Amino acid sequence: MRAFARLLDCLVYTQSRNRKVALLGHYFRTAPDPDRGWALSALTDGVPIRLPLRRMLSDLVTRFIDPTLYRLSRDYVGDTAETVALLWPDDRSVLPPAPPVGGEQHTWGDGEKEKPKQLALDLTPTPNPSPQGGGVRGEGQTEAPSNVAAPHPNPLPVKDGERERASLLPSTGRGRGWGDLGHNSGEPPELSLGAVIDAMADGTTAERTERLGRLLDQLDATGRWALLKLIGGAPRVGVSARLARTALAESYARDVSEIEEVWHALEPPYLELFQWLDGKAERPDPGAKPVFRPVMLAHPIEEEDWPRLSPEDFSAEWKWDGIRVQVAARGGDVRMFSRQGDDISGAFPEIRSAFQGHDCVVDGELLIMRDDKIAPFNDLQQRLNRKSVTAKMMSSYPPHVRLYDLLFDGEEDLRGLSFSERRLRLEAWYAKHHPRLTDVSELVPFKSFDELGVLWSSARAEGIEGLMLKRRASPYQAGRVKGEWFKWKRAALTLDCVLMYAQRGSGKRSSYYSDYTFGVWRTDENGERQLVPVGKAYSGFTDEELLELDKWIRGHTTETFGPVRAVEPELVFEVAFDAVQESTRHKSGVAMRFPRIHRIRWDKPAAEADTLDTVLRIVGGGAAQNSAAPSDLV
Amino acid sequence: MISLAPPVDSWLYPVGSGIYCEPGDFYIDPGRAVDRAVITHGHSDHARAGHRAVLATSETIEIMKVRYGEDCAGAFQPLAIGETIDINGVKVRLVPAGHILGSAQVVIEWAGRRAVVSGDYKRASDPTCAPFELVTCDVFVTEATFALPVFRHEKAQHEAEKLLSSLRAEPDRTHLIGAYNLGKCQRMIRVVRDAGYDKPIYLHGAVVALTELYQKLGVDLGELLPVAGTDPKSMRGGIVMCPPSALGDRWSRRFGDPVNAFASGWMRVRGRARQLGVELPLVVSDHVDWPELIQTVIETEAEEIWVTHGREDALVHYLGTLGRKARALALVGYGEEAE
Repeated sequence: MRAFARLLDCLVYTQSRNRKVALLGHYFRTAPDPDRGWALSALTDGVPIRLPLRRMLSDLVTRFIDPTLYRLSRDYVGDTAETVALLWPDDRSVLPPAPPVGGEQHTWGDGEKEKPKQLALDLTPTPNPSPQGGGVRGEGQTEAPSNVAAPHPNPLPVKDGERERASLLPSTGRGRGWGDLGHNSGEPPELSLGAVIDAMADGTTAERTERLGRLLDQLDATGRWALLKLIGGAPRVGVSARLARTALAESYARDVSEIEEVWHALEPPYLELFQWLDGKAERPDPGAKPVFRPVMLAHPIEEEDWPRLSPEDFSAEWKWDGIRVQVAARGGDVRMFSRQGDDISGAFPEIRSAFQGHDCVVDGELLIMRDDKIAPFNDLQQRLNRKSVTAKMMSSYPPHVRLYDLLFDGEEDLRGLSFSERRLRLEAWYAKHHPRLTDVSELVPFKSFDELGVLWSSARAEGIEGLMLKRRASPYQAGRVKGEWFKWKRAALTLDCVLMYAQRGSGKRSSYYSDYTFGVWRTDENGERQLVPVGKAYSGFTDEELLELDKWIRGHTTETFGPVRAVEPELVFEVAFDAVQESTRHKSGVAMRFPRIHRIRWDKPAAEADTLDTVLRIVGGGAAQNSAAPSDLV
Repeated sequence: MISLAPPVDSWLYPVGSGIYCEPGDFYIDPGRAVDRAVITHGHSDHARAGHRAVLATSETIEIMKVRYGEDCAGAFQPLAIGETIDINGVKVRLVPAGHILGSAQVVIEWAGRRAVVSGDYKRASDPTCAPFELVTCDVFVTEATFALPVFRHEKAQHEAEKLLSSLRAEPDRTHLIGAYNLGKCQRMIRVVRDAGYDKPIYLHGAVVALTELYQKLGVDLGELLPVAGTDPKSMRGGIVMCPPSALGDRWSRRFGDPVNAFASGWMRVRGRARQLGVELPLVVSDHVDWPELIQTVIETEAEEIWVTHGREDALVHYLGTLGRKARALALVGYGEEAE
């Protein structure tokens, strides 16, 4: 737990991706099994334990903390796990003693502020007989005696070599850390992640609550926090599942796709995966389980690409505005993965059931479809990032998969075939199986790129983002392969907006005001013009422009709220964006999709910026004929 | 104590901008200019300019002069720690508060009752000031800056070790330590010295004057150099002390890719540190944490606890559950510069 706690604690404060990767990599290479597997599980899909954790913690905490104080603390800290970790006593023997309570099962009694008299620890069959076992708590302690808990009467065993692994810091200094010292901490005693998982895996809620209390007793504040992050679902330490897998791959000099291909056939604590990475076993075989296959991606087409391309070498399809997914069905199980390889099936039971009984891996676009019409992207967002879904959501936002490609037909891997061959196989497969809630993306016939250009420029139908060009001869390869697939996004729209707020960036940009909220003019019921925000952008300008903007913002600040400055409504940005959607987050009721700063209009008077009426006319992307002119952006 | 004595709040009470002692006709830490002010310590939410007469420890007076100018009050009267002065029959005494250099609690006795206005205080050790001294009393006036049970400050020494450990791990990055420029800054320097760091420590312009005053008043801080005029390359891998506001400021760009550290009790909460973009949080505070606060309140044996500023809701509630009489004074303007 010590190394894991230090890892999470360092990750929380680290902005740089490379440093995060170094920290994670070091941990994966040095932590023992099964701890590193459980850590990987916590940082990716979450450990497979379901607990009413909030209720359990509330039960435990209010035994020694007044409920009002607990509530005020939680309100202040804003995170239950951290609140409990911080206010849990470091040594509960300093709490006012309570009369001993009868009953065998009782560990702390049921009153307030009870002393944990000689807890009976039922987690481990045998106490560690080694002298180090009892002494772990004191090791490296810098705290005054009053803060040092007495050695636990029955400590968990300490694995050999644990102490050597205690320092998370790579000696090269590549990863950041604090050496032997954690946040808010003295040295925690060693408790393995595996022991925590075992303790939480089964039993009644009451039993697990008692066990959790005893585990928390063995740790310092950082350890308690890490333990609760381990079992509490998304730890939110600034690491995505993909970044965790990438760090794992990089630390073993492997390609992340090698891990992704087998990932979903594996289960925590991923012992076979680490065996393979350590060179002690073959790569695990996914066998009869549906797994993710790394997705083939496209490059945005550039002006200089056109002369090198021949129209007869390419197929064209519409680029649909949903999210790219892969559906894998095998052995009675169906999974749907995002482009990053995250399993999103839980939120889409309809799709799982539509592919039930099939044996295939298909590539497609996930859309919301009502009455054969594609709904705005915003509707799809209502269903994303959920673990489960309600019946109401299912009927309000019916999903649909538009198929682009067939990667596996049964056992047969089609990825080595050309796109044209795969396309024929897809059509044939679809004609035979036609799973519900799917259709096949139609090909857009064309003879010349000029002809295609006409189609491209007129395409403003709902859900169309532009065109895809796929080389007919291209096999299906992982990643963004040069020269094979191109995306030709329809021209961006632009509007002139007025800068309203600027926020400090993070990391290298932390001394710059680099995140901009801008608005357009609205005339209120009293006939007065005011700015209403429509979007936020932090890209599209050069470093020199950033310096100028930063200077301008500091010189034109009207109010400061923490990291945010309100500025005089004087600077116009020409903002490029892909679409405008209805939004409840902005006061204007609309929000831009993919906004970026196209040009800084130092010259333009703010009063001449666009109005909300103009923006409302292009909601949904349907209207091309308005003052939001397609720009020369590609 | 004599039970017939008039209750303390009939002669000592809050007046919006400070605490007023009626029989003595003086204020304690008033927020606006008054005729007679007793000042607990030099932080700007307690010590303001423009009073006609100021009574304080000589250190606090020195600090006020550095901050606001030699003539920032009509007259200064130093009162030595432990010495008693009679103001219109009210006995006033200053005892150490352990908060920063010169900080004092004001012990006020009148008509057989004793009140202690503690200002800001801490119980943890601090080599840059005299330790807190407990005085039993009828009314104890306390701050509540960190009055939530989640606040348990680390030993400053432990956090200094953490900083030195980070310096070893990141020898190419300058460590910017955001610390409040009066008290915290000098204490951090001192504890880093005590932890064995003997290289020069660099100072942002805003912390120079008060740090020099500390040295003048006898606090040994080792070799200090100004950031201004120093080649940023020569500070690489070193320690730079600055006010917290400078961490994300343009000023910090000269250091390239520094490690931003922040020394404050607020750093106990990760969300606060992340919000401020702090990479190395140092949980060092010049205020009492929750256990110290409760311990102190109990040890004073006070019948009534008055709470000036901070998380008074939590403290008043909790003291109520312990059967203590506690009330929030709702003073205006305190805590603005707390940490």
